[in-house]
Amino acid sequence: MTQPPHVLAIASAGGHWVQLRRLSPAWAGCRVTYVSTDPQLRSSVLADPGDAAEVRFYAVKDANRWQKLRLMVSLLQIIWIMLRSRPDVVITTGAAPGFFALRLASWMGKRAAWIDSIANAETLSLSGQMAGGRCDLWLTQWENLADPDGPSYSGSVI
Amino acid sequence: MIFLTVGTQLPFDRLAQAMDDWCAQNARTDIRVFGQLGHLNGDSYRPRHFEWAEKISPDTFNTRVKEARVVVGHAGMGSIITAMSFRKPTVIMPRRAHLGEHRNDHQYATMARFKSRSGIFAVEDSPMLAQRLDLLLTTPDTAAGEVGNGVAPFAEDRLIQRLSTFIHNG
Repeated sequence: MTQPPHVLAIASAGGHWVQLRRLSPAWAGCRVTYVSTDPQLRSSVLADPGDAAEVRFYAVKDANRWQKLRLMVSLLQIIWIMLRSRPDVVITTGAAPGFFALRLASWMGKRAAWIDSIANAETLSLSGQMAGGRCDLWLTQWENLADPDGPSYSGSVI
Repeated sequence: MIFLTVGTQLPFDRLAQAMDDWCAQNARTDIRVFGQLGHLNGDSYRPRHFEWAEKISPDTFNTRVKEARVVVGHAGMGSIITAMSFRKPTVIMPRRAHLGEHRNDHQYATMARFKSRSGIFAVEDSPMLAQRLDLLLTTPDTAAGEVGNGVAPFAEDRLIQRLSTFIHNG
């Protein structure tokens, strides 16, 4: 019997994470590695695995685009997690850590999906713009931002 | 209990001070306020009339929202979605870029998109916040703490389906 797909679901803590967790029925039956920026999320993830076949959790350093050193630490942590867990698919709602995982996925020949945060109603986030063309599925949660040459729209997390 | 949340990252002095001013003017003992104020700087506003912390754990955050009669927050999606999922009356004040409260005005756009939902009340400044709080706390409906329109526990089906298909079939 073949193993179910391994999904790496990654998002910064806070709003990005709340949105990611609302997508969890999409990976029912899969093996899931969750990655976020707050180690305190571990207990709630392990306590509520949903319908996933198997759940792991890793915390990485939180960083925004102005914090170069922290970004570097976060990148190294994500490289290590990606090499160690070898997911089939990366799914992210942002922000910086999700972008890193998405780029690494394409380098490793794995598929990746970017779901831009529902907080970006008028323009795509900067990392969301950079994700375009570098992922296999590029989604916005606002119909007005969907574009044949840009992200598609397929509903939202609420 | 009123639960104030401005996220865990940036301080939001204007909202913290507006809440503090409201508390000072409403020295009532029957309604307590607790705030999560984010990562404060040396010169950030530190409220004197209500209890607060810079960051509380995600579990405690959910409990605070669940137990609140009214949630007051910045226009961050974590705060808004969590408050909606517990059907709490939620007052939101967006961070503004020109006041240095965020790097851009996406929270203002969020407020514009969500303010028409029942249970969500947009305010732009301190007087509007005070007025809205006074109104909410004197409306008997909010005593139950459940006037929000609520949200399903998960994302829209079509989004889940799209992702599920992507995971399994590419």
